[in-house]
Amino acid sequence: MNATDRPLHGSNISLARRAWAIRRHALRMGQVQGQGYIGQALGIADVLAVAYFHTMEYRPEDPEWEGRDRFLLSIGHYAIALYAVLIEAGILPEEEIETYGMDDSRMPMSGMASYTPGMEITGGSLGHGLGIAVGMAMGLRHKKNPAFVINLMSDGELGEGSTWEAAMSAGAQSLSNLICIVDFNDQQADGPSTQVLSAEPVADKWRAFGWHTQRVDGNDIEAVRDAFDAARNHDGPQPRVIVFDTTMCKGVPFLEAREVNHFVRVEAEEWDRALAILDEGQPQ
Amino acid sequence: MTHASQARKYEARHAPEGPRAATSAMIASLAAEGYDAVPAPFGQALVELAKKDDRVVGLSADLAKYTDMHILAQAMPERFYQMGMAEQLLMSAASGMAREGFLPFATTYAVFASRRAYDFIAMAIAEENLPVKICCALPGLTTGYGPSHQATEDLAIFRGLPNMTLIDPCDAADIQGMVPAMAAHPGPVYARLLRGKVPDVLRRHKPDYRFELGRAQMIREGGDVLVVSTGIMTMRALDAAVRLEADGIGVAVLHVPTIKPLDRATILAEARKGGRLVVTAENHTVIGGLGEAVATTLMLEGVAPQFRMIGLPDEFLEAGALPTLHDMYGLSVDRVAEQIKAWL
Repeated sequence: MNATDRPLHGSNISLARRAWAIRRHALRMGQVQGQGYIGQALGIADVLAVAYFHTMEYRPEDPEWEGRDRFLLSIGHYAIALYAVLIEAGILPEEEIETYGMDDSRMPMSGMASYTPGMEITGGSLGHGLGIAVGMAMGLRHKKNPAFVINLMSDGELGEGSTWEAAMSAGAQSLSNLICIVDFNDQQADGPSTQVLSAEPVADKWRAFGWHTQRVDGNDIEAVRDAFDAARNHDGPQPRVIVFDTTMCKGVPFLEAREVNHFVRVEAEEWDRALAILDEGQPQ
Repeated sequence: MTHASQARKYEARHAPEGPRAATSAMIASLAAEGYDAVPAPFGQALVELAKKDDRVVGLSADLAKYTDMHILAQAMPERFYQMGMAEQLLMSAASGMAREGFLPFATTYAVFASRRAYDFIAMAIAEENLPVKICCALPGLTTGYGPSHQATEDLAIFRGLPNMTLIDPCDAADIQGMVPAMAAHPGPVYARLLRGKVPDVLRRHKPDYRFELGRAQMIREGGDVLVVSTGIMTMRALDAAVRLEADGIGVAVLHVPTIKPLDRATILAEARKGGRLVVTAENHTVIGGLGEAVATTLMLEGVAPQFRMIGLPDEFLEAGALPTLHDMYGLSVDRVAEQIKAWL
């Protein structure tokens, strides 16, 4: 890949600053609705910053450019996080933050392809993204298009049988143009993912299905960047998976401390407090 | 522990003279006496289409051989993708290929597409109106393997799905015609499939017959009864009509291969030709299929002929030999003729 194809990547804005901005956009959207999957957005912000400002090829002015790397949001309820990064990337205008989740908005609460530029699939029925990613990776290879497909899924989706149908097929077909990223925050609707079902040993599961597997701290930007580089540049035929251990609500300590945080309750006055805390730690 | 609601069938069920062993439960091809047969019309038509259109690819979930997809796999192996015994993935991957500009034809059995993969067809394909062509063997009662293989409610399931076009072909002519028509249609399509040696029926009764997507066609005229039929029941209706003609009963047959969108105009026009008993006939449960669709169409327009439905009962069906089962559930030519006669 030629670095000059990626104007955004040449920017002198740091990845940490991008992640901060993604968190800020997400908090502002949450404030508009008074609710949202803000915990997930804050937790995955560092991963999204690296994906969109270090790893992926795309053209903000042409979200359907044939040469783009495809980013699939299997977890539709993480839409607030993806809107935040699409805004930061210039694919969505920042003014639309005020419309989040409202009638006629391009940013509905759960991500849908027909509503939002840059939203590749309609996610939300969990366990769909990886199978679609397999088909897109097959299609790209058939067309001899060197783009990557990146599928973002949750640890909860490890419980969906369809995830493993897709994992087995990707391994069998040596889909080396497929990168699956698993947000392992150990929280799903009814409790910790390691207790609801046996999510662990998660890395061994992927290795057993024939994937090039990494597991890193998803809130350590340097580690995230190195993992994406290793996944992209690995010269073996395997599909690639990165399991990112993340902390829900990362960056806003009083929210991080909330015990049950799949769907974090944030009181009306707490949004400004959260934004203020975030702004105190604003990176350069 | 057994619940009272589970009526077991352990008692001996064969006839007093012992089990009939004339036909096996699983048949490679649907028998139709007196008609020529075309080998693997779906596979052959798909190869022809793929030669003309680079976007066409085939996918199957470990049933290529049993859906005639193996014809494409052998002729153009680079255009065929084996997805394994994984129907959810089959549909998701077909969706992914459609997103990359391909025209994927995905095959499995109708039970697996409609029951196991429904959410994936709904959300990964239909919701985004992607041009995935789902072609499924063993529709309705075309196997004696019992409920695990008998897709008696697939049309009802898919009729409720927005953006979906549904085809239930009668014979080789329909299948040869529907393959390019499916490709030309911009959205998703679910087609029932007859595999192996498929009878060539419609052209025998109407030599210039050609399948047209969305169009119902009169195959035969008659003054006493109008049968509105789809799939293999058009074959049964035509044979029954010939038999009833000898008894002086005129039976018209309107073939409706496209279940959705339904050709309401033609159905209404024919039903309005007064005095005829209207009978729907489908290889599907009487719930949610052609019969109810026709009834709704007539009622909404205030057309009220005498109306009857031939179809499968609201039951999990028995296992056994197909001719026995078709007799048992009213789909055989004998039973169709008998039912129509009784209603006149």
